[in-house]
Amino acid sequence: MEPLTTRASRVVNKEMTFGEKIYLPAIFSGMWITLKHFFKKNNTVSYPEEKRPVAPIYRGQHVLKRDDEGRERCTACGLCAVACPAEAITMVAAEREKGEESLYREEKYASTYEINMLRCIFCGLCEEACPKEAIFLTDRLVDAEFGRNEFIYGKEKLVEKTDQRIDVSQRQIWDNH
Amino acid sequence: MDSALLLEKSILVAILTLITLGIAMYSTYGERKVAAFMQDRIGPNRAGKFGLLQPLADGGKLFFKEEFIPVQAEKWLFILGPAVAMVTATITSAVIPWGTEIPMFGRNVQLQVADVNIGVLYIMGVVSVGVYGIMIGGWASNNKYSLFGAIRASAQMISYELSMGLALIAVIMMSGTLSLREIVAQQSGMNWNIFYQPIGFILFFVSALAECNRAPFDLPECETELIGGYHTEYSSMKLGFYLFSEYVNMFVSSALMVTLYFGGYNFPGMSYISDPTFLGIAQVAVMFAKVFFFIFVFIWIRWTLPRFRYDQLMHLGWKTMIPLALANMVVTGAVILLFGN
Repeated sequence: MEPLTTRASRVVNKEMTFGEKIYLPAIFSGMWITLKHFFKKNNTVSYPEEKRPVAPIYRGQHVLKRDDEGRERCTACGLCAVACPAEAITMVAAEREKGEESLYREEKYASTYEINMLRCIFCGLCEEACPKEAIFLTDRLVDAEFGRNEFIYGKEKLVEKTDQRIDVSQRQIWDNH
Repeated sequence: MDSALLLEKSILVAILTLITLGIAMYSTYGERKVAAFMQDRIGPNRAGKFGLLQPLADGGKLFFKEEFIPVQAEKWLFILGPAVAMVTATITSAVIPWGTEIPMFGRNVQLQVADVNIGVLYIMGVVSVGVYGIMIGGWASNNKYSLFGAIRASAQMISYELSMGLALIAVIMMSGTLSLREIVAQQSGMNWNIFYQPIGFILFFVSALAECNRAPFDLPECETELIGGYHTEYSSMKLGFYLFSEYVNMFVSSALMVTLYFGGYNFPGMSYISDPTFLGIAQVAVMFAKVFFFIFVFIWIRWTLPRFRYDQLMHLGWKTMIPLALANMVVTGAVILLFGN
């Protein structure tokens, strides 16, 4: 069998030579290696301050998009929930009342929309299934929490804020390829 | 004894204790930083600038941890263990000379707490008592792993104390005195003992690593085999004392190695400095620079070498180091006899 690495060496049960027996040469060569590493540049990315660049199609935390006039695009058709292999998405549909035209784009909307981030496998099938371009995955990471219940994200966390729009144009370009 | 001398010595004791504790505290920080750099990491950098407040945060955490004493433990011995470890660790530095003297308030202040004429003997004695802290703690915990650790510690310390003492005897034969102050004074300039006793130094250094329970001789507390060894059952500041005393020991043994083999406060060109105040300060600075270097070497070795197996440890101690130390002693004696000093 071919060795899997170039650094593999066969172990032999031979008597140690005098040089090996007094340990010191091996100790000094080891210390030389650690000293070289001491002055080497490290590769640490100090996470919250520094972020590693991610691909434009990175699949992180979801966003529920609004349209250009700030109306929610989701119509609670349930296709994302059907597509979801982890069954992480649940929603309750409701009918748009008079006077709510500026809030919801179509006559039907999701009154609750929940994604369980512990179940979600970030496969992006909900994004593909959505006929209304309402749900997208973004390059944001899901935060750590203290309790399991806090990982069930409702609309207050998922729907984008009108004053903090989340740009998904990059991944839309990639989707059309 | 006049009261001024008493005051002077008390102040010196207080300063030395504070310095010892401070250095031990920052050795933990140094340990973590050096470990990180050697593993291509950054190390603690969140508490304060460059993580400099990390030791304070660690200490604060230890104070607020739950104080746990096992039901089956021998309560008083359980408390006595870390106390003995800490006390013996801190009193060792009393005989180490940090410099000759500094003129201050119209007196010549000797930069040494106690200039006893049996300094080397004192140190060996205190170091031997140090193992009781570990043994008492390990036995009183009523835990098999703690007991294993304690037995290993005592066996290891007895084995390595022998070669340490034999290596020391060669130095004592050369200098003809047990007073650390005189041993240092004889090494003025670059006339350091390391050039006459290289093998003795290596033996002493290896024994010091073993006496401090530092890697690669950290068998009494190896995490993988004994889940912490003698301090398995300890928590809160008692655990802190054990860990802290280890760093104090590291500092003291570094200081001792510098004193015995690397000329203590001596540095080349010392005789050209005429201003006594400046000379005293320079001596202390040189001494501490050397000590810090040795602390670095201790840490460097820990993050390079894997732990010895127990039979290898005993083999090295009894079958290699003691014969070598004896041979070194005989050769030193023969050279002194044949060529005078």
